[in-house]
Amino acid sequence: MVEVVLWASLRRLADDRESVEVDAETVKDVLKGLVEQYPALRPHLLDRGVSVSVDGQMVTSGWNEKISANSEVVLLQRIKGG
Amino acid sequence: MALDDAFEAREFKVVGTRPIRPDGIDKVTGRARFGADASASGMLHGAILRSPHPHARITSIDTSRAESHPSVKAIVTRDDFAKELSGEDWNVLENVMAGERVLYDGHAVAAIAATSVLAAKEALALIDVVYDPLPFVTDVDEAMRPDAPVVREGVADESVPEGMNPNVVRYHENGHGDVDIGFAKADLVIEKTFKTEAAHQGYIEPHACLAQLGADGNGELWCCTQGHFVAARICARLLGIDASQLRVTASEIGGGFGGKTTVFIEPVALALSRKSNRPVKIVMSREEVFRATGPTSSASMDVKIGMRKDGRITAAEGEFRLQGGAFPNAPMEFAAMAAFAPYDLEHVRSKGWDVLCNRPKQAAYRAPGSPMGAFAVESVIDELCNKLGLDPIEVRIQNGSKEGSRAAFGPRFKRIGLIETLEAARAHPHYRAPLKPGQGRGLSCGFWFNHSGETSVTLSLSYDGTVSLAVGTPDIGGSRASMCQMAAEELGIPFDRVRTTIADTGSLGYNDVSHGSRVTYASGLATIKAARDTIQKCCARAAEEWGIDPEAVVWEDGCAKPSGHNAGDFEPMSLAEIAANMGDTGGPISGHFEATPTGAGVSFATHIVDAEVDRETGAAKVTRYTVVQDAGKAIHPSYVEGQFQGGAVQGIGWALNEEYVYGDDGRLQNAGFLDYRIPVASDLPFIDTVIVEVPNPGHPYGVRGVGETSICPPLAAIANAVSNAAGVRMTHLPMSPPRLLKAMQEAGIG
Repeated sequence: MVEVVLWASLRRLADDRESVEVDAETVKDVLKGLVEQYPALRPHLLDRGVSVSVDGQMVTSGWNEKISANSEVVLLQRIKGG
Repeated sequence: MALDDAFEAREFKVVGTRPIRPDGIDKVTGRARFGADASASGMLHGAILRSPHPHARITSIDTSRAESHPSVKAIVTRDDFAKELSGEDWNVLENVMAGERVLYDGHAVAAIAATSVLAAKEALALIDVVYDPLPFVTDVDEAMRPDAPVVREGVADESVPEGMNPNVVRYHENGHGDVDIGFAKADLVIEKTFKTEAAHQGYIEPHACLAQLGADGNGELWCCTQGHFVAARICARLLGIDASQLRVTASEIGGGFGGKTTVFIEPVALALSRKSNRPVKIVMSREEVFRATGPTSSASMDVKIGMRKDGRITAAEGEFRLQGGAFPNAPMEFAAMAAFAPYDLEHVRSKGWDVLCNRPKQAAYRAPGSPMGAFAVESVIDELCNKLGLDPIEVRIQNGSKEGSRAAFGPRFKRIGLIETLEAARAHPHYRAPLKPGQGRGLSCGFWFNHSGETSVTLSLSYDGTVSLAVGTPDIGGSRASMCQMAAEELGIPFDRVRTTIADTGSLGYNDVSHGSRVTYASGLATIKAARDTIQKCCARAAEEWGIDPEAVVWEDGCAKPSGHNAGDFEPMSLAEIAANMGDTGGPISGHFEATPTGAGVSFATHIVDAEVDRETGAAKVTRYTVVQDAGKAIHPSYVEGQFQGGAVQGIGWALNEEYVYGDDGRLQNAGFLDYRIPVASDLPFIDTVIVEVPNPGHPYGVRGVGETSICPPLAAIANAVSNAAGVRMTHLPMSPPRLLKAMQEAGIG
């Protein structure tokens, strides 16, 4: 199981939990697992998209990026730039 | 992150040198072809009719008089674009061509293609539009009030609490700890409200394009853009055609800074071309650029910070309200996430609000959101240092984020270089130089995330041993030079043996936009990997020639060599020799790389600014400026310094003069460079630069993006310098002479 940290305003859609445990080996598993547990997260996570920090590394599009059980996984608003 | 993407220390031969830029001669001789330089046989000229109202219902559009004009060949309105779009596609289309309502002064309503520019503009007056004006709002704070005119209903997403004005469309919050506990531990707490006005990227080249689209959906587009692959994708959706049927070529670009990451005129030119069956060219006027492209958001912010007498920050809290025009996605989350990133805080909370106003749809502008957030946070830190009698650099070093610090936005940082920039700033002569009477000094840190994105590169050998490198990220900051350097470094050949070309969308795999400071990182990584792929193929050719195992061949100094005595005794085979025989030894040799890399390293900067204030007129002038920034590894140091200086200069403009001014009628009052004043050379001191190199662990050479971080500290650093010079805290940017004079008068100074 991987502990996934949600940003504060996302927690309202996940029973006010700061983090959620999901069974995940990849970033895709993380997002899928979160939406399965909390369907209200779907618009943010799957429709509009997010970035995922895995051990301090920003993953914006690499859904197959591997995650280990002791990885630090933090959801972030989707990173863009100018 | 794949292991072979990881940073590995090495000695460089080409990387880190300063070769002459490969696009320089074309640009200084006029040979470079920018957006407006394209033409085609039978070409028509497009012009766009724009709303004079900030908000109005379109009752009717009658094009019959314009259609009878002898030079007019096509007229398009919203009916000529795709139907049934949703989400951001709908937002982009609605911005490109209004539907039922116009939402800002300058909003496109209809467009004409005619045989000359003059005829097209003349015929615009023959389109009869009946408007029903509606109430409007252009200020972010006013737009949030319960009784404010509603820009658009039903835009808010699920993050917005119930009961707010429909203009509030997104909410974000991040942070950790308990700020109340933290504030209770502080010896001094300062809370202030700040505002920044909308600024334009100010690129010198207006948007321009040439489009050709047949009724069969097969088309070509030439345009100045930061991302032609994305332009193709968006245009195809807006026109209802297949993306692969539209080949897009990026012209040379005269500046973008984020403002050319989307489309404005391109879908209009394509629609006109489809209707007229002729190529159509559109070139925006400067007035159109101001009124109808995407400036940055304006912002209203509250920041509260608590500090102990010894300089330790005990808690920090911020609320960032950004308007992004009449459409969602003002970068309020980045303001909230980036504002406190330079500091390792136990208790921190940031909130962001995305607000609609009757203004043009904001577009990205270098590190969107971060400069405004930094202005508010770094101003309060400066005030705390002043009041507690603390050295601003020492306080920042004491509180600064480092490897392992938990960022205010969540993750723990990997290896970062903030402290190194602060130490370099402290050691710089500027920091200890005496100030003249009436001058003030300001300091600020800044942070940006940096981005990666989809990236494809192809590297091909020519028979003469020269190398052609095709990348898909338009060169907005010297990337052709840095790509040539990285390819040359890997291949072991001179810089001038490589030519980098920006390939069109039909010639290379998909590439994300040149944004997010991603190009030197992501296209550079792809170039290195494509070069290594090429080397592997070259080694295989040499192995076959020598009759040895490919694993027994190494690549050194531009040559394939046997890996040792046991591998055999053969003369090294150069890249040129292998290329000369490639047709007979297996065919053409090309290396490829396609990926979405994930190792973009974040970046920090520290700026020092001296300023002086004319107490009679309120005019502020920057007298000395030093930029210190972590580049990870500077591939071409001159370009890196140029990025540092460019960010500082744009920051000076934003801090001192640049501002979208709206009148009581909701119309933009200063849509031109005479009234919207960007800095010119005579306004500026020499911008000194210091490149700090703390390698990004996610890039083979340690590269971090540098294009955006340089605009994060200037607003705050300049505001701190001006405030310290004027003797009054400036909380509203730009600090134009009337605003600064008023602040001094209200404070009884001057």
